[in-house]
Amino acid sequence: MTTTSAVNPKTPTSRVAPGPRRIDPSAAVARTTSHSSVQETWTQTLAMAWRALKKMRRKPEQFFDVLIQPLLFTAMFAFIFGGAISGSVADYLPVLIPGILAQTALTVCMATGVQLREDMDKGVFDRFKSLPIARIAPLAGPMIADLIRYGIASVLTLVTGLAIGYRPGGGVLGCIGGIALTVFAGWSLAWIFTWLGTMARSAQSVQGISMMIMFPLTFLSNAFVPAETLPGWLEAFVKVNPVSHVVSAVRDLFNDGAVTAEVGWAVVGCAVVIAVFAPLAVRSYSRKM
Amino acid sequence: MADLSAVRTENLVKVFGDVRAVDGIDLHVRQGEIFGVLGPNGAGKTTMLRMLATLLPIDGGHAEIFGVDVRREHHRIRQLVGVTGQYASVDEDLTARENLWLFARLQGLPGGRARTIAGDLLERFGLQEAADRPLSQFSGGMRRRLDLASSLITRPPLIFLDEPTTGLDPRTRGQMWDTIRELVTDGSTILLTTQYLDEADQLADRVAVIDHGRKVAEDTPDALKSQVGDATLQLGLADGSDIALAADIVRRLLGEEPVLTPESGRVNVPLPDPDRAADVLIGLREAGLAISSMSVAKPTLDEVFLALTGHGADGESPTADDESPMEAVR
Repeated sequence: MTTTSAVNPKTPTSRVAPGPRRIDPSAAVARTTSHSSVQETWTQTLAMAWRALKKMRRKPEQFFDVLIQPLLFTAMFAFIFGGAISGSVADYLPVLIPGILAQTALTVCMATGVQLREDMDKGVFDRFKSLPIARIAPLAGPMIADLIRYGIASVLTLVTGLAIGYRPGGGVLGCIGGIALTVFAGWSLAWIFTWLGTMARSAQSVQGISMMIMFPLTFLSNAFVPAETLPGWLEAFVKVNPVSHVVSAVRDLFNDGAVTAEVGWAVVGCAVVIAVFAPLAVRSYSRKM
Repeated sequence: MADLSAVRTENLVKVFGDVRAVDGIDLHVRQGEIFGVLGPNGAGKTTMLRMLATLLPIDGGHAEIFGVDVRREHHRIRQLVGVTGQYASVDEDLTARENLWLFARLQGLPGGRARTIAGDLLERFGLQEAADRPLSQFSGGMRRRLDLASSLITRPPLIFLDEPTTGLDPRTRGQMWDTIRELVTDGSTILLTTQYLDEADQLADRVAVIDHGRKVAEDTPDALKSQVGDATLQLGLADGSDIALAADIVRRLLGEEPVLTPESGRVNVPLPDPDRAADVLIGLREAGLAISSMSVAKPTLDEVFLALTGHGADGESPTADDESPMEAVR
């Protein structure tokens, strides 16, 4: 933006020093642009990400979900369902860990929507709206900061798995690939919850709706049980559920270190989710004004 | 462009449900002036300002700022206008310095420049000592100052101030007034809303009086006040039986007809010039009359309203938009 030139230099002699030049409205009008450029949008998004990071550091309780869920759920599910589903805990872990990863990523997504809704009710959003910034920046900024949360949650889940005996066949590269895919998937799905956040009336309603979406998505998938054991109609749904594809893809990466067609489908699915829900979210956010 | 208007609206309309919150307002704010919009809570002041700031959609009529169409060119308008709301629009979770830095970055200033400007503004608004403290420790006045500072980062040619001093103590209010006056010397144009006639009088070059979404008057503060009448001198006599004599003295010195309340020994008289109150006091003393109380009352917003609209300012106003801007957004 070219407004950088209009600046008030420090004049220590007076508390409120008039600017070096008088403000010239017609020059200011001539400097205006009709929309933010891609470069400006990126800078604005980063600034909003910086804000979100600052808030994370001041409110560490935000990390509760990404710390507790991987530890608790991984251990709990492994020891409770392991014997019943796969015959033993050790045999269940290669099935379970990618499933838990997907579930954790979805939980983090949910928090994204809820926090956005809370944030939008604050006075500072009035200022964001009154500033000449791209409408996507206030939405995308916090989501970039959330990458850290996805990263922590994924790594913790994997580490918990390793601690109770999971030995991924895909090796280090497979694990890095699986985590990268989980983070990407979580980030894409977060656009759905961001859209919800811009639509809903309150943070509680976002929470409620998100729960209703998250539970069917994770449990009506192959995250915890093999799809073949389900009744036919349910199996049909499970097969088209995007979470199933992400889980299968992460399994392929973790257990075999293989970049299979499932990985491709998962990436394509996530891209479709972004392509649909990011514009919806921005539109709904802009209309709120 | 030969047009020297900073803001020009024609028949501006905003409807909430079946309430016409802004009902056909024509406004013409000249460049470089302080223009006051005066009215009670719920008159539609804030709604009008929010429409002009692109924070609310315009339902009808036309509005332009420096010749730029407000309805079509949201992004351009936002580059021309700095908005300071009734409730400080700053981030409670960040420090003052971080707030200013963030807003500067969002408006495209490079990091180093953003830091310099944040520092300058903190100093200019007397906030440098509190710069790195959490905002929860800020007083109402400090928040307002930070909010105003945030609006000035890019030195916008037009500044909207929505009730800039509501809820501030008198000293802080005075400081705010000084700051606002100095903004105009930089060449900015200011559109401010207020509930206080006093504030409009102190700051504004011209004032529009708004009631129930309509403009009921537009003039200089002096002209408005003269429509209402001047200040009133209120005298309480120590001995009520002196009242006829006192009335004679007042009539002779001020040339105005006093209103008498013999039971309580009170004499009220219009006071064209506050200086002349002293003449009256001296006249009373020379006549050997003792007074028990004396005050000069200025015309209040209520009286202005009574004079202009025939009803008081504390209204049966149907819209509560000035109370909660967030509601108006939904």
